[in-house]
Amino acid sequence: MRDRLTRLLGTALVAGGLALGAGAARAETSLEFYYPVAVGGPITKIVDGMVADFEKGHPDIKVKPIYAGSYQDTITKVLTAIKGGDVPQLSVILSVDMFTLIDEDAIVPYESLVKTEADKAWLKGFYPAFMENSQTGGKTWGIPFQRSTVVMYWNKEAFKEAGLDPETPPQTWDELVAFGKKLTKKDASGNVTRWGVQIPSSGFPYWLFQALTTQNDVRLMNGDGTETHFDDPKVVEALQYWVDLSRKWQIHAPGIVEWGTTPKDFFEGKTAIMWTTTGNLTNVRKNAPFPFGVAMLPEHARRGTPTGGGNFYIFKKSTPEQKAAALTFIEWMTSPERAAQWGIETGYVAVSPAAWETPEMKAYVKDFPPAAVARDQLQYAFAELSTHDNQRVTKALNDGLQAALTGAKTPAEAMKDSQAEAKRILRAYQ
Amino acid sequence: MAESLAPSVDRPSTRRPAGRAAAGQGGLAGWLLLLPAAVLLAAFTHYPAVATFLHSLYSTPRGSRPAHFVGLDNYQAMIQDPVFWQSLWNNAVYALGTIPAAIALALVMALWVNGRIRGRGLLRLAYFTPTVLPMIAVANIWLFFYTPDYGLIDQVGHLFGAGAHNWLGSRSTALACLMVVTVWKEAGFFMIFYLAALQQIAPVLGEAAAIEGAGRWYFFRRVTFPLLMPTTLFVLVNAVINAFRVVDHVVVMTRGGPDNATELLLFYIYEVAFKFWDTAYGATLTMVLLAILAAVALGQFLYFDKRVHYR
Repeated sequence: MRDRLTRLLGTALVAGGLALGAGAARAETSLEFYYPVAVGGPITKIVDGMVADFEKGHPDIKVKPIYAGSYQDTITKVLTAIKGGDVPQLSVILSVDMFTLIDEDAIVPYESLVKTEADKAWLKGFYPAFMENSQTGGKTWGIPFQRSTVVMYWNKEAFKEAGLDPETPPQTWDELVAFGKKLTKKDASGNVTRWGVQIPSSGFPYWLFQALTTQNDVRLMNGDGTETHFDDPKVVEALQYWVDLSRKWQIHAPGIVEWGTTPKDFFEGKTAIMWTTTGNLTNVRKNAPFPFGVAMLPEHARRGTPTGGGNFYIFKKSTPEQKAAALTFIEWMTSPERAAQWGIETGYVAVSPAAWETPEMKAYVKDFPPAAVARDQLQYAFAELSTHDNQRVTKALNDGLQAALTGAKTPAEAMKDSQAEAKRILRAYQ
Repeated sequence: MAESLAPSVDRPSTRRPAGRAAAGQGGLAGWLLLLPAAVLLAAFTHYPAVATFLHSLYSTPRGSRPAHFVGLDNYQAMIQDPVFWQSLWNNAVYALGTIPAAIALALVMALWVNGRIRGRGLLRLAYFTPTVLPMIAVANIWLFFYTPDYGLIDQVGHLFGAGAHNWLGSRSTALACLMVVTVWKEAGFFMIFYLAALQQIAPVLGEAAAIEGAGRWYFFRRVTFPLLMPTTLFVLVNAVINAFRVVDHVVVMTRGGPDNATELLLFYIYEVAFKFWDTAYGATLTMVLLAILAAVALGQFLYFDKRVHYR
């Protein structure tokens, strides 16, 4: 017994010594990098491959990619790690969590890290629509990486069957209603077998709703994230339109429509048009048993969509060497070639105009034109709803939207209540 | 061995005086034997409970702003929080709806598979299967059962001429849908306990009752059911705890929606603490949950202990 204990202790000491020796012998900077997976496909394999490529070109930097679950899991892990003291150096987290991370004093602005002219040029190279959710108070806190927008998918077979031109999607709100009426199909006993359009409203209805408000030319919050405009008449009007799709025009399923099953509804022919993220493009391309089209969302006062998705953040508790190394890594990951590769392999929108000029991307778009729809729509995009205490304010809006969609409140009442709740939450940040 | 163990296991009420006598004689040894369990209990149950209470008296620290003492402010905010009241109400409905149904169903199933029928083993296995599946998997399966139009439930409905119904997307049906999943999941688990208890009941009782001419319902009401009371108490305690403790299906199926219709207390605590990062308010809500569970457990033991026959 005693003998075994001594041996065990000896082994532990030797192992400890080895670990120390290994740490001292290499003069490289090591980084921990948390990332979430929010769309289908072999994302972890793609990330591991990109990191390996990076390390080949940068032998002095060691990156350890750690899959951290969903977006929600990732920020939970990061913030818990910060409170516990063991923090990663960089992570991909939702762009809308910027204010939360600033309020937790967790991240550093990129302006404090960029030094050379090349760095500064890189920082200016992204689509302005993506930067709206990445900058506040004149500083850049996040770098766009896996970003998306809402687009419209339509079933060409259903269009043909309803006597519509299968190559022309609805261009305006009124057209959407007119097309929807033709596309909605009922059986002999009056039950609907196919709806005209489906806009999912479970989980995060605010994101799809923001497409409607943007089309009605109204912003939901100010740039400082301290004020919301939920009770603006134009916001109420946008919600009225969404409610009317099912209540008045009866071309949209009543109640709350599940986000997760919406693509399946589309494949099953239960809805002829669906609104969902560009991130579903690869999924639809693989699984739709009929020819489909992808288009920009219809316009009202203007075209519009919110942006969505995740940004790179660098954490404050890293050493200066780690911060510099993290910047090098992020610059490499968002370089035009890499952004193009990432966009092609995942379905996310490549984040800089330069990425769309690479030969790989040009070939991809030529082969599969729907891939460019999200890019072309970017010029009409607004920042996704993001404020201080973001998730709580978002919930206030989500609750109001669901109350209106289920008929518990009128759109005006619902938005008035949401605005009052948001105002109460944001009082502390005025 | 079994003879000497049986009384101390079956009669908790007789244990206390015996324990006290032992403490008087070999106190130190007794305490030392208790130490590992006591340390674990204190570190992972008592300390967190006390710490949670203390946290609920402070504000939430954010970045450079440290926590400061706010007294009962968090509790005041809670009383004015409509979502808190809604989640409490939902949880009450949920508990009252699922617990009796799950227990009754478990008892019926246990009586059924305890009888001499063909394919008994298979039937028992079928009833127990939902228990083996993780709640996350169960919720994902039911998500598609409930899908409007082509989901299983609506497809069955179509056979009878019913139209599509948005089960999880309407305020009036969403909570009931979650309750059905819970009953389906829990009944099989409780059935196992009833089945074990039923097999402990001596067959002579049934034979004697048959000779006396007692009917099956009379026999169940006056003999079987009273003998099952210890199991019922155990199952009831577990069911109540689960009604407040298991919210995996809320996460998967509705995330508390539509408009808080399926917001259960624990799910709200999770949202407040890990989505809104308002840890102090999360602690305040946790205290309510603790108080409810303590009150229910205490009530059950005080009330039922007098009415339960331990053999």
